[in-house]
Amino acid sequence: MSKDKKNQVSRRQFLNYTLTGVGGFMAAGMLAPMVRFAIDPVLQPDEGGEFVSAKISEEDITTEPKRVAFNVEQVDAWYESTVEKVAWVYKQEDGSIIALDPTCTHLGCFVGWNDNENYPEHFYCPCHDGLYTKDGVNVPNTPPTAPLAVYEHKIENGILYLGKAIPREEA
Amino acid sequence: MLQKIYDWIDERVDITPIWRDIADHEVPEHVNPAHHFSAFVYCFGGLTFFVTVIQILSGMFLTMYYVPDIENAWNSVFYLQQEVAHGQIVRGMHHWGASVVIVMLFLHTLRVFFQGAYKKPRELNWIVGVLLFFVMLALGLTGYLLPWDNKALFATQVTLQIAESVPFIGEDLKILLAGDPEIVGAQTLTRFFAIHVFFLPAALFALMATHFIMIRRQGISGPL
Repeated sequence: MSKDKKNQVSRRQFLNYTLTGVGGFMAAGMLAPMVRFAIDPVLQPDEGGEFVSAKISEEDITTEPKRVAFNVEQVDAWYESTVEKVAWVYKQEDGSIIALDPTCTHLGCFVGWNDNENYPEHFYCPCHDGLYTKDGVNVPNTPPTAPLAVYEHKIENGILYLGKAIPREEA
Repeated sequence: MLQKIYDWIDERVDITPIWRDIADHEVPEHVNPAHHFSAFVYCFGGLTFFVTVIQILSGMFLTMYYVPDIENAWNSVFYLQQEVAHGQIVRGMHHWGASVVIVMLFLHTLRVFFQGAYKKPRELNWIVGVLLFFVMLALGLTGYLLPWDNKALFATQVTLQIAESVPFIGEDLKILLAGDPEIVGAQTLTRFFAIHVFFLPAALFALMATHFIMIRRQGISGPL
């Protein structure tokens, strides 16, 4: 018999610890695959923007915004489909190309260029009268709180290719 | 005959005390509408439970036809409502019941609040009740997407934007719910279906059991 009997683990305590440990291990072994299974979409790597042809040549892009519709192959898990996307493309004053995503930053309707006679030379959203200037910046005191998103773009063999729409910070 | 069956079982497993615990108890005069008509306000909790039972049953039967797949979900709902006998009624019960249950839940909450019935020793049961309210709202929210029509899709886009606006974890929370960073599609539908039909009802049952056991333990609060 050792002298410091108080620090000894009793038979019952020992069994409690072991059973809790084994039980916890079994529970963890059961739950871990399920949790990993459930959160898989969160841990998927961010797919780098793939560029698709907008089927418009660089020469056809003027300083006037032009509506360009292009198709993206969308993979939604086991469901693959072709989705039509729209960009408003024009040459800026320094000659560089900009492609704006027409999704209104207010509630997601589509804006159009110069299509409301009350707001010439503006991007106008028909849903709640949201307005953006030509560079896609939201006009103060209209519903949108951020500028229109801008598509990544590149020119290959004189053809415009568009990637992901990158949101812009609040102006 | 029935009595004999009952006696046969009771002799072996002694079910009478269990039955007595569950159903056989005095209803105090102040909660009995037969004594004071105004006591009908005490019915809202029971009515919530009654509508919940309708929701569970009609939901179970709806899954006999419904498929949570983006190609077929809408068609299966259309089929069960237009072609299946009484489909309109069963889906109607689930559709309208979803709203009625929220109304009853709210009236029940109002009664408990204005009577001060949440006070000591019933604080815990108030908390469980609030959790039940959240689970019920979540059930309504996830069920809304399942018919996979335009209204459902855009309502869910708004839902996901709300989830996304949560500080720090918003982005991950949205992907966890939608199953995809951008698309509201195949994975969103299956996830919402699983949450609506398995995860939330499990939570609902556990909370309801706690709620009811606590009521029996603590009794109904006294008259005002």
